[in-house]
Amino acid sequence: MSKKDSEYLINRKDNQYEVVIGLEVHAQVLSESKLFSTSATKFGAEPNTQVSLVDAAFPGMLPVINEFCVKQAIKTGIGLNAKINKRSVFDRKNYFYADLPQGYQISQFKDPIVGEGKVILDMPNGQKDVGIERLHLEQDAGKSIHDLDPQNTFVDLNRSGVALMEIVSKPDLRSPDEVNAYIKKLRSIMRYLGTCDGNMQEGSLRADVNVSVRLKGSKDFGTRCEIKNVNSIKFMQMAIEYEANRQVDLIEEGKTIDQETRLFDTKKNETRSMRSKEDAHDYRYFPDPDLLPLEVSEKFIEELKNDIPELPDDKKKRFIEEFKLSSYEANILVSDIATAKYFEEVIAKMGKNKDIKLAVNWITGELFAILNSKGLEISQSPVSAKNFAILINLIKNGTISGKIAKTVFELMIDGDKDPQKIVEEKGLKQQSDPKALEALIDKIINDNREKAIEYKQGKEKLFGFFVGQAMKASGGKANPQLINEILKKKL
Amino acid sequence: MSDITKQSLTELVENIKNKKLSSRDVTKAFIDRSEKSEKLNAYITNDFTSALDKAKKFDQKPNFDLKLPGIPIAVKDLFCTKNIKTTAGSKILNNFVPTYESTVTENIWNEGAILLGKLNCDEFAMGSSNETSFFGNVQSPIDRNLVPGGSSGGSASAVAGQLSPVTIGTDTGGSIRQPASFTGIVGLKPTYGSCSRYGIVAFASSLDQAGPIAQNVKDCALLHEVISSYDPKDSTSIDFKRNHYSKELINNIKGKKIGIPKEYRVDGMPNEIEDLWQKGIQYIKDCGAVTIDISLPNTSYALPTYYIVAPAEASSNLARYDGVKYGFRAKGENLIDMYEKTRSEGFGAEVQRRIMIGTYVLSSGYYDAYYLKAQKVRKLIKNDFDEAYKKVDAILTPSTPSSAFKIGEKTNDPISMYLNDIFTVPANLAGLPGISIPAGHDTKGYPLGLQIIGKAFDEQNILNIAYAMEEKINFKNRITDWWIK
Amino acid sequence: MSIDLKTIKHISKLARISVDEQRAEKLAGDLNSIFEFIEKLNELKTDNVEPLTSIAETTLKLRSDEVKSKNIREQIIKNSPQDNEDYFVVPKVIE
Repeated sequence: MSKKDSEYLINRKDNQYEVVIGLEVHAQVLSESKLFSTSATKFGAEPNTQVSLVDAAFPGMLPVINEFCVKQAIKTGIGLNAKINKRSVFDRKNYFYADLPQGYQISQFKDPIVGEGKVILDMPNGQKDVGIERLHLEQDAGKSIHDLDPQNTFVDLNRSGVALMEIVSKPDLRSPDEVNAYIKKLRSIMRYLGTCDGNMQEGSLRADVNVSVRLKGSKDFGTRCEIKNVNSIKFMQMAIEYEANRQVDLIEEGKTIDQETRLFDTKKNETRSMRSKEDAHDYRYFPDPDLLPLEVSEKFIEELKNDIPELPDDKKKRFIEEFKLSSYEANILVSDIATAKYFEEVIAKMGKNKDIKLAVNWITGELFAILNSKGLEISQSPVSAKNFAILINLIKNGTISGKIAKTVFELMIDGDKDPQKIVEEKGLKQQSDPKALEALIDKIINDNREKAIEYKQGKEKLFGFFVGQAMKASGGKANPQLINEILKKKL
Repeated sequence: MSDITKQSLTELVENIKNKKLSSRDVTKAFIDRSEKSEKLNAYITNDFTSALDKAKKFDQKPNFDLKLPGIPIAVKDLFCTKNIKTTAGSKILNNFVPTYESTVTENIWNEGAILLGKLNCDEFAMGSSNETSFFGNVQSPIDRNLVPGGSSGGSASAVAGQLSPVTIGTDTGGSIRQPASFTGIVGLKPTYGSCSRYGIVAFASSLDQAGPIAQNVKDCALLHEVISSYDPKDSTSIDFKRNHYSKELINNIKGKKIGIPKEYRVDGMPNEIEDLWQKGIQYIKDCGAVTIDISLPNTSYALPTYYIVAPAEASSNLARYDGVKYGFRAKGENLIDMYEKTRSEGFGAEVQRRIMIGTYVLSSGYYDAYYLKAQKVRKLIKNDFDEAYKKVDAILTPSTPSSAFKIGEKTNDPISMYLNDIFTVPANLAGLPGISIPAGHDTKGYPLGLQIIGKAFDEQNILNIAYAMEEKINFKNRITDWWIK
Repeated sequence: MSIDLKTIKHISKLARISVDEQRAEKLAGDLNSIFEFIEKLNELKTDNVEPLTSIAETTLKLRSDEVKSKNIREQIIKNSPQDNEDYFVVPKVIE
């Protein structure tokens, strides 16, 4: 498949540069307690209230691993079509920082729990596979707060020890758009699995972005820079654009790129060097002697496999086949698990003679618009799937017109009202009695004799006028199709 | 009874159960003697006042079903004790008061024991003479200006000097067995995973084990029975069936096969150690057991391996002492400056030396050459034992290559200090149990010990062998009370 | 092999222990003699030996996902060198 149309290239004089991007995504595992301790993981708690003796690294405290976190990591691995390693090892990554109480982070270095896998992206010009290098479990650090006091830094260890999955992609991404699609896809898969809530505002999903550039067509990778801890897709895209251009400029000027860690300054919209080279970190990884190798059996993995729900790629395929949706429509519906759920519930409630196309249009149109304007998630939808399905059926069976349906929908929002009742109470039922409509139209033609003659003489534009009059006279309830038919006959 | 402190743990338990002695009598006697023994510098922190309170409480409502009913016990200051300062012999923990209890000490309190105080030790258990403690060196009850060994030097002095009926120490490379040997008492390093490491200030996680130090083998078995337990709070704790070590203790070892490893005959070993070993072999035979010459070919690589593995783990384990959460903090202009000053002023020279070694062997470019290499050799050393145990039930060696030395004699020569552990380190590397029992005296009259190394989880067997030999050896420790005016 | 002062400085930086010139020289001397002793391991060929990763002859036990440690902030902060009710306080971090 050709990618010509959307190719992301940086042009300088006669040179065209390609951008090579790899991501290390840190996804917080959804679990009640921490990876190696029994304190809570809830977001937004008072500082240092979810800190155990283990999390604060008191003398003699030891890590004991949380089984659920192991399962979550394996499930995610399965969702990424990846190899699950039956034996993995926890290592210590040694460095000093105020919010790293042990003086090391327990992570997995040589033998991660999940090996190679892949993620499929739906780009406008076709599918793209992005390789997954590995997924490993590790502890999160605490939080340093620098702006509460001019002389001091404050440390909150609530996050210290929370389980993270670090998902490392291969350097397969080539543009900010692909990065956007990749992050969204990862998030979608993890939400389907219930392994990470993907909430970037709360820091449940962050990424280190590796960026390098090379002349288009070159096979060799350029020197890469790692942009640390970017916490929104928008910032990732901005950081990549800035960084790629910075690197291209350096090359064009004949300068070399230093392999280094950089920070994205969201205020200035630029990346800057975090550490000088001489201070390069030497993490002194070695197997954590407080833990043993983690061994999981084939049976353990099989049981988790049986527990995996239908994931977005399969769901999309099924929607296309079963509901005859377009790839575009299916994508919209499956990308968020809550949307997919809502859609499937609507379909189920619509019963036998259902108009799926109509339901899709209404979900992606009216419902999304309302949610958007109210700033709600679909899971918080003011209209339940059941009532939504009834509304679609009312349109489908001709009880109300699409136009009236919009009025009904607006009335439903307040308290998730039954559309059927609204239609009855407000008398919004469509007029589909041909006799009544004929009488109504006769009266209109009579009242507008001159216009009728003009129409007959060839002023066809006037047809719309008559339709309008008829609708107005019926209070908008007339069946527009019938109106059309009768008018054509009578005029 | 004026000779309370001379009684063994077993006797004290009997006498308390028979109401011949109250817990208060016993506690008071050990406190009095401890107070008269300040010269030994065995204690870092005492808890005498509350010990007496607890003894009184015990006497008011005694529970004689417990294994250590109202018995006062002092423990090495490496065990975290709730609301009692715990220092690990270091300035960096000088003011640290845990809000929690180690599993091993919890186990002894649950069996009725009463905390007397916290005993001196080498800083973070790094030392073989108790000279690296921030709280000063410990004197041996054996002789003036003699080291009690280390790192559990305060514990050994306390037992040998009768300041505590028994104690609990920790052993990473010989820290229970070597001081026990130097002071004429019994010390057991259990199988790795037998005693929980929860709440023990860590030195080297893959080597550290807590264990009992006692006047005799029976006391040692009883205390071990209490402290050994499976603990879900320690991922390396092992869930195996534990014996009733004291009840099952027997002196019949007829037909047991005891290995004598030729590689333990090291260059420069004094004749008196060789003689002691030969005597030990004779005792074994006298007990009706058989000795078999065996080979542990990689023995000479144990100490170099140990001096990679232990410092590497220590360098990481001690990273948490950074002045942020607890303990000593030096003033610094910024975070990094604070770290560097805190750790430079808070750790003593030996600890710093080992952190530096450990940091180096793990650093980029050296990991494979040192740490990985050491882990491979460690495997070979373990294989040596596995091979040997196909032929024998236990192994007999000297505990140390020499008797105790004078304070200050080896402080300027780290290597000669490290060589003290040459016979004890292999058991730690292989995770095996080892017991040191007093077996004789050298020409200066200083005690010498023999070590019995067993198969993993086979503590009962080495306790039985030690028990049988103890009877034959009939060792009498020469305690002159030189430190008491 | 020889550990020079530059290496000592580098390790002390990694270990976050400040070392002045005098101490650095002493340490270099100590470490060199210790490493000379350690080099003995090079006599052994270990190419085909699997490194020992754990001495405990058991498998890693997994605990259930339950919150057992409640809010013990007071206990956690109690021992900290610089008092504050809510946070650990350290001198300003400069990147």
